[in-house]
Amino acid sequence: MRFVSPEAYAKTIVASVQEYSLLCAKAIGDIFSRPRYMDDIYTQMDSIGVGSLPIVVLTGFFTGCVLALQAAVSLKEFGAVNMTGELVTLSMVKELGPVLTGLMVSGRNASGMASELGSMKVSEQIDAMRALGTDPVRKLVTPRLVATVFMLFFLTIISDACGIAGGAFVSVTMLKLNAGTFFHTGYMSLVHGDVVEGLVKPLFSGFIIATIGCYYGLRTTGGTRGVGRSTTQAVVASSVIIILVDFLVTQLMIGIFGR
Amino acid sequence: MTETVVSAQMSEFLASGRPMLEFENVSIGFEGHAVLSDLSFSVAHGETRILLGPAGGGKSVLMKLANGLIEPDSGEIRVFGRSLREMKERDMFEMRAHIGMVFQESALFDSLNVEDNVAYRLEEEHVDPQEIHARVLEALSFVELDKVIDKYPSELSGGMRRRVSIARAIIGRPDLILYDSPTGGLDPITSMTIIELVLKQRDVSHTTCLLITHRLQDAFTLATHRYNMQEHRMERIPNNGIDSSTRFLVLNEGRIVFDGTTLELTHTEDPWLKEYIE
Repeated sequence: MRFVSPEAYAKTIVASVQEYSLLCAKAIGDIFSRPRYMDDIYTQMDSIGVGSLPIVVLTGFFTGCVLALQAAVSLKEFGAVNMTGELVTLSMVKELGPVLTGLMVSGRNASGMASELGSMKVSEQIDAMRALGTDPVRKLVTPRLVATVFMLFFLTIISDACGIAGGAFVSVTMLKLNAGTFFHTGYMSLVHGDVVEGLVKPLFSGFIIATIGCYYGLRTTGGTRGVGRSTTQAVVASSVIIILVDFLVTQLMIGIFGR
Repeated sequence: MTETVVSAQMSEFLASGRPMLEFENVSIGFEGHAVLSDLSFSVAHGETRILLGPAGGGKSVLMKLANGLIEPDSGEIRVFGRSLREMKERDMFEMRAHIGMVFQESALFDSLNVEDNVAYRLEEEHVDPQEIHARVLEALSFVELDKVIDKYPSELSGGMRRRVSIARAIIGRPDLILYDSPTGGLDPITSMTIIELVLKQRDVSHTTCLLITHRLQDAFTLATHRYNMQEHRMERIPNNGIDSSTRFLVLNEGRIVFDGTTLELTHTEDPWLKEYIE
């Protein structure tokens, strides 16, 4: 095993951050200039958005179910089982919906992007694309970025809705609560800031998933083994950064909306 | 309109008689190891420059440098008279419209079928779909693969993939073609088919090309044969003739050890080169 000096290691990290930042800046810049690959954007929207729908629906629904069950146990001690709807709705809309959707989509799509682009890189298809006069960032990264940010926003709304539906299902069938009360308390608990917070988070998560997935894909070296390594790194890095950014955005939103 | 302006500039450049490709004291290294050191050579218009040398000598790196896919650490590379160092990425893409490149492992887009792979450049240039289809058929007929137009790269043999890659490189009617080991990893018969295509492209279109090969017999076939357009086959140049447009460049450990004509190469007195050729 080769040991790397702390200085060389630090330089590698700084260089990676710089490379990643440049990729992000270029991918964003390419949105505002021609040519735009609209067909690729729609294809990616279908693959990322529609393709992720089953896992987002299932994850959201069962998270809502579990949340209602767990909440009811604690709330029963205070005689406040009727507040299950409020707890499930607030938790789903503000936190669990955006974060879980981000993590699920990251697991499915950051890995997919890293492996697809990584395979293209090691088989010289990225070089071939450049040799044929196409900018790979414009053609491959920007469509994925636009599609992920756009679709994750709507996937999060679907996940929130499924989570609340799951919570309602458990509350009505197992906890014998009134469905009207569940939805009413849930609806009344939400304020404007909660919804904004829940809808801002997927914009960041979508950006992280696409850029991290593409970044690791485009820097792949070392054949099929390298592709596997990039895929793993992309999922790990995007998941960790999603949770980190979630914390920062939550702090920011608390600062802005006071809750 | 842009294409017309660029084509006009290109015609002006071709008329000037300046080299199509020039390397001037070019050096590059990776992770502290020098791969190419102080390389200087040029490729004239209409010339077929064959790049020989042991594996790991930096030949593929040189090819990527010539197309601006990587940047040298030092030195100057001029393509069509323009310095790559002074070009922006957008200018590079315009320049590459005049260059065809055949990659070592074909580098076909595996998610696209043969037609879309070959048509890729024209689709990027928003050429009329009917014209694209006609030109794809023309390019595939050139490499004698018009029957596999609907197939995907994974359904083709190694030799067929290489031929599709040649069709993709020539569809834009390039002024310079870079062949990175087009016969690498192929059996002798398939290799000969590929070399015949390279030769056909050279003699039919008189396109300037830079070709890497590990097989000396391929290199000497190119130097000693010509394409008979009446009989549609490759034949030896009569009276042991040698193609005057074919020149050789031999690299060893990142340095040029030979730059000259076929005759100069076969009559070399350099012990290493003699051993390498034999």
